[in-house]
Amino acid sequence: MASLPPIDVPKGATGAGAFDAPAAGARDPAHFDFLLRLGDDALVLGQRLGEWCGHGPVLEVDISLANLALDLVGQATLLLNEAGDGDQLAFHRDVLDFRNCLLVEQPNGDFAQTIARHLLYTTWQHMLFQRLTESNDQFLRELAHKAVKEVAYHRELASEWTIRLGDGTEESARRMADGLGWCWRFVPELFEVDETLQAMIDCGVSPDPRQFEEEYRSVIAAVLAGAQLDQPTDQRPILGGRRGHHSEHLGHLLAVMQFLPRTYPDAIW
Amino acid sequence: MSGDWPLWEVFVRAKGGLAHRHVGSVHAPDAELALRHARDTYTRRLEGVSLWVVPSADIVASDPDEAGELFEPAESKIYRHPTFYDIPDEVKHI
Repeated sequence: MASLPPIDVPKGATGAGAFDAPAAGARDPAHFDFLLRLGDDALVLGQRLGEWCGHGPVLEVDISLANLALDLVGQATLLLNEAGDGDQLAFHRDVLDFRNCLLVEQPNGDFAQTIARHLLYTTWQHMLFQRLTESNDQFLRELAHKAVKEVAYHRELASEWTIRLGDGTEESARRMADGLGWCWRFVPELFEVDETLQAMIDCGVSPDPRQFEEEYRSVIAAVLAGAQLDQPTDQRPILGGRRGHHSEHLGHLLAVMQFLPRTYPDAIW
Repeated sequence: MSGDWPLWEVFVRAKGGLAHRHVGSVHAPDAELALRHARDTYTRRLEGVSLWVVPSADIVASDPDEAGELFEPAESKIYRHPTFYDIPDEVKHI
């Protein structure tokens, strides 16, 4: 059996984990980090939805989820290529160097849990991208302008399914409530403002998410009301994804996603 | 499980000015999701600017056993085709 090729570690590579992707270069570290946060959110959620491919509850839903996944992978490609070498960043970073929020890495669970995760994330993402269309950063402005329609569709679709499952059968309502219950503790992280984000807010690159937290809460409450579901009780918030402190789920996701390019670094297809 | 859901026929308008054309069908629990499934299944590659979905059960179809009496009488009547006119190049979609 052939042994695995050694991993090339570029000179000057930094990072808390085995960060063998090229370092950030001349870019402002906070700006680089901000691009990674958005890019990793899209990449990880896209990969998660891709796991449904061939396993969707029905053919139409399978296609629908794969479509959502492709939209997200497209956004991730643009964002990570803006941050550096997109392929290197996607396939040659380890868990500790990923900057996605904890919500997007949560396991698919059943279809209802996937929908709960998508509702909670894309409602936030849509509000963020609406405001990013007025960012000082030209790249983000143009990206947001293009992606905001995709994200609006994601949000609508997730809302529609939440209402149907919540206001469906006894079993679908129970599953939808369980899915929301699982995801709920990861919502506060979406509105956390740390030093990096504050720097991006101060220079007009990013909106302040706290400005739309109230709107977010009321939009989600309206969807849950339409779904005849009670809002989950607030639990102790779990933070840390933006600093690389991830749940055990992300490592397994990356193992699957990164296997091929790490094992065959020169593979072309 | 999709067998539990009704079937919907999907019609796509490729661009403004053209009629909606039947492209296939999807399963969906209701009209709103049928539109979404149709969008995700049939318009991923910019195929359309407008969608219709119609419950398949509402389509009234001709009986194949009556095909002879319904359609064959038209076979020998080529004068019913407007093929004896010269169509100007500027006129599209005829």
